[in-house]
Amino acid sequence: MGRVGGIVRNFLHKIKIVSIGSYLADLAVYAIFVFGYFFLVRHFLGDQVKQVFDANKKQYAILALALIVVQGVFLEMLTSAMMRVLRHKVR
Amino acid sequence: MDFLISGTHIHPLYLMGIGFVVGILGGFFGVGGSFLAGPALFAAGMPMNFVVGTDLTHIVGKSIVAAKRHRALGNVDIKLGMIMVAGTIAGVEVGAQFIEYLKRRADVDIVVAVGFIFVLLAISAFIGWESWQTLKMLSKRGTRKAIAAVAALNKNAPLPPRLPRYLKPNRGETDQVKEDTSVLAHIPKQIHRFRLPPMISLPVSGIEQISLWTILGVSFVGGVFSGFLGGGAGYVRMPALVYLLGVPTHVAVGTDLFEIVISASYGTLTHAVKGNVDIMVALVMHTGAAVGAQIGATLTQYFHGTRIRLAFVPLPLIGAGLVIYSLMTGHHFK
Repeated sequence: MGRVGGIVRNFLHKIKIVSIGSYLADLAVYAIFVFGYFFLVRHFLGDQVKQVFDANKKQYAILALALIVVQGVFLEMLTSAMMRVLRHKVR
Repeated sequence: MDFLISGTHIHPLYLMGIGFVVGILGGFFGVGGSFLAGPALFAAGMPMNFVVGTDLTHIVGKSIVAAKRHRALGNVDIKLGMIMVAGTIAGVEVGAQFIEYLKRRADVDIVVAVGFIFVLLAISAFIGWESWQTLKMLSKRGTRKAIAAVAALNKNAPLPPRLPRYLKPNRGETDQVKEDTSVLAHIPKQIHRFRLPPMISLPVSGIEQISLWTILGVSFVGGVFSGFLGGGAGYVRMPALVYLLGVPTHVAVGTDLFEIVISASYGTLTHAVKGNVDIMVALVMHTGAAVGAQIGATLTQYFHGTRIRLAFVPLPLIGAGLVIYSLMTGHHFK
C-alpha cells in the first residue's frame, strides 16, 4: 500500500499537481467537454454516416478514416491544452 | 445507445471506459490494446467482423499522436518502419481475406474467438516466462557482484569511498541500462546470420546488417494477425521486434507506432469497404483513450522494462477470459 501511495505521489509530483482536488476538477471540466463533443458528433453525424455507409462503401471508408484522424488530432490538442493549464496554475 | 451501422446497442460509458483502460495500457506498454478492446467489444454483443474493423479504426486515432511524440524523441526508425509497412499491408490483406472467407461460411465468430484465445494465452505465457527468467538472471548477477565485492574486501582492500549524492547515477539512468536486459538476447544474433540478399543496415536501431526478407517476414506475420484478429497486433510485433530483430525497446515502441498508423489506416480502409467498421463506436472509444494515453505514458517513468513486461502478463489473460465467458455462456455485457 505504501509503495502504491509513493507511486501516486511521485506521479502527481511529476505532472506538477499539488492538489488532487484541482486535478479532479479539471478532469471533470475536460470530461464535460468530451461529453458535449460526443453528443454533438452523435447528433450531427449519426444518421448521415449511416446513409453514406448504405450508399457507397468507398466513400464511407474515406470518411471513416478522415473522422478518426481529425478526432485524434483534435483531442490531443484539447488534452495538451488541459495539461498546460494545469501546469500554469501550479506555477 | 444504438449504433446503426453494426446494429448493436452498447452504453457509451462502457465504450469510453474500454477506451480509457486501453489508452492507459497503450501509453504504458506501447501496444494498441486490441487484446483487451476486441474481447470487450465482442462481449458487448458486437459481431466479430465489426470488432476487428472497428478496433483497427480506433487505433489509428490513438497511434497518430503517440507516433508524433516518439518521432520528436528520436525513437522512430523510419527506414525500418517503411519496410515493415510493405510486409504488414500484405499480411493485413491476407488476414482480412480470411475473415471474408469465414463470413461466407458463417463461422467467423467461433474461429476468430478461438484464434484470439490461443494467441492471448501464448503471449501471456511467453512474456511471463521471459520476464521471470530475466529477473532471475538479474538477481544472480547482483549476487555475483556482491560476492566479488566481499572477496575484494577480504584481500584487505581499502573500503571504497561513499559516493556523494551528485556523483551517483540517477534512477532513470540505471533503469535505462536495465530496460533492454533479456535472457533471449542471443536470438537476434542468430537471426542476423541469415544472409539472403538484399542486406540492409539500420543505424537508428543499431543493426549493422540484416536481410530485408527477415524484416518482411516478421512484419507479414504481424499483419496477418492484425487483419485476422483486429487491432495493430502490437502484442505480436513488439515482442518480434525486440526478441527476433534485436531492436532496442524504446525504438521498437516508436517504430511500431509509426508503422501501426500506416498499416491500421490501410486496415481501416479495406475493412470499411467490406462493411466491417462502425465509425461511431470507434469515435466514442477514442474519446476515453485520449485521456488514458496521457496517464499511461507518465506512469512508465516509474518502472523498468522487465517489470513492465511482467505486469503485462495478466492483461491478455483477462481478454482471453472475456472471450471464453462469451463463448461458453452466450451472455454479452451491455
